[in-house]
Amino acid sequence: MTDAPAKMTVVTGETPLWRKRLVSVLSHVALLAASILMLYPLLWMLSASFRPETEIFTSASIWPSEWSIDAYFRGWNGLRTSFSVFFKNSFIIAFLAVAGNVLACSLAAYAFARLEFKGRKFWFALMLMTLMLPYQVTLIPQYVLFRQLGWVDTILPLVVPKFLASDAFFIFLMVQFFRGIPKELDEAAMMDGAGAWRIYWKIILPLSTPVLATAAIFTFIWTWDDFFGPLIYLNRMADYTVMLGLRTFTDSTGTSDYGGLFAMSVLSLVPIFLFFLFFQRLLIEGIATTGMKR
Amino acid sequence: MAVAHETTTGIDAAPRQQSAFSRFWQQNGAGYMFLLPWLIGFFGLTLGPMVSSLYLSFTDFDLLTSPDWVGASNYVRMFTADPKFSTSMRVTMFFVIFSVPLKLAFALGVALLLNRGMKGLPLYRALFYLPSLLGASVAIAILWRQIFAGDGLVNKVLALFGIVGPSWISNPNYSLWTLIILSIWQFGSPMIIFLAGLRQIPQDMYEAASLDGASKWRQFWKITLPLLTPVVFFNAIIQTIEAFKSFTPAFIISGGTGNPINSTLFYTLYLYQEAFGFFRMGYASALAWVLLALVAFFTAFSFLTSKYWVHYDD
Repeated sequence: MTDAPAKMTVVTGETPLWRKRLVSVLSHVALLAASILMLYPLLWMLSASFRPETEIFTSASIWPSEWSIDAYFRGWNGLRTSFSVFFKNSFIIAFLAVAGNVLACSLAAYAFARLEFKGRKFWFALMLMTLMLPYQVTLIPQYVLFRQLGWVDTILPLVVPKFLASDAFFIFLMVQFFRGIPKELDEAAMMDGAGAWRIYWKIILPLSTPVLATAAIFTFIWTWDDFFGPLIYLNRMADYTVMLGLRTFTDSTGTSDYGGLFAMSVLSLVPIFLFFLFFQRLLIEGIATTGMKR
Repeated sequence: MAVAHETTTGIDAAPRQQSAFSRFWQQNGAGYMFLLPWLIGFFGLTLGPMVSSLYLSFTDFDLLTSPDWVGASNYVRMFTADPKFSTSMRVTMFFVIFSVPLKLAFALGVALLLNRGMKGLPLYRALFYLPSLLGASVAIAILWRQIFAGDGLVNKVLALFGIVGPSWISNPNYSLWTLIILSIWQFGSPMIIFLAGLRQIPQDMYEAASLDGASKWRQFWKITLPLLTPVVFFNAIIQTIEAFKSFTPAFIISGGTGNPINSTLFYTLYLYQEAFGFFRMGYASALAWVLLALVAFFTAFSFLTSKYWVHYDD
């Protein structure tokens, strides 16, 4: 990108003021240009969803000549099954996944971070190793298992694993956080006769709302976005998630209704965008801490 | 442990054994109770399936009839008689080798620029982060397919400069690059990790270096980069594993085919086709184990070489 001149011009401590100013202005220009370039496709899609159908392929501008919300109505009922069904399915799966992850991962993280027991280090190492495991290695036997249980075409294969703490990433994130809570609190509670459950429920969880919220939001976003799981396990259109609905839209209508397709694409991003808008500090801190050694 | 010989001493072994167990339980029970959901998941959804997929990789299995043992022939076929395997491997390696370093370079470059105490840092950081958050979505893949289509946004913009662009998506020379660009576009999350790492470098090191007359360029190579290597290492591992696992964009952009002429046939996409398109579950399991071997080899290699280039201060 264009950041090269900005970097090169700074020399030593005795840089004149005008040069510092110039560097700062150039940096802002470069960063602004880069952010506009990066966000342009998103803005373009947003505007395309409000355009009259005929204008989508004739213009690179992001300002429609006239605004129309027709595409949203067309897209919403563009398939045999309405998108209201897909949105409902996606929300149900995402909420259950959030509940499962927050509960099961915090239980495991509490054991790893706070309790003494034989084999703790061994299990912790195994847990870390599962972080690196490509899901394809367990995919087929899992599919066979869920098929034998009669779970194909239900949401159970997408939800039940979350209640078994299958997302090791969040266990890791929570262990990092729990370790930072002063141990004296546990010890004081233990003096008062509190057991592990009480300490977990009354001390650790209430003090951990930031990390629990981070895990909840990421779980929601990743489950909402998940395409592979629903693709394999959900075959009936009435069970489809929003992502599967979008994919069917691209397949079935081909090139005929891009307006409707873009409108539904925009709607599918709205929940994620809202989380970004209201919780970005939490998300950014969550990402930042994963890379830091503690 | 004392338990072993106590239990062999005679009649009262049983109650003592029980008390040994209850002693064990008293000391360790709480830990295992809390760990129980994860343990069930680990054995039932990870370890068990791993063992059985290793077994299935030596069989012919179509999901309907029981698996037939075929020895190593799945692996032999893969490396000697399956051009699609080598194509998908080449496509994936190309994707990993270009997307990961370019993505990390952008992430580091922008992080360095933002770290110079710029005004509006939170705003820029958020704007650059947004694509990483949205990028995995089907909606973005659909958008990408349109942007790089023959009559798409990119060619509209090029037309303003009088350039007639090709149909990037359906041209096998460019199709994979559109996916690489999509991956680079999501440099925001490694950038945030770099920013957090940069913030941990003590400022007085730079002050001392400035007093000694070291240029910013030299300071970057002698202070910033060495102290940042643990973060570079972490980001490289995470991004490489992610790149190997990437599936959705290639699936959506190529309509599940990996075309044009298999130029976007990611390894994961090929595996999906074999498993759920042709129900060759045994062969797909073998493909999965080769992927695991590849990722494990890469990870082990990175960890083993890390002591030569990753700087740990404690």
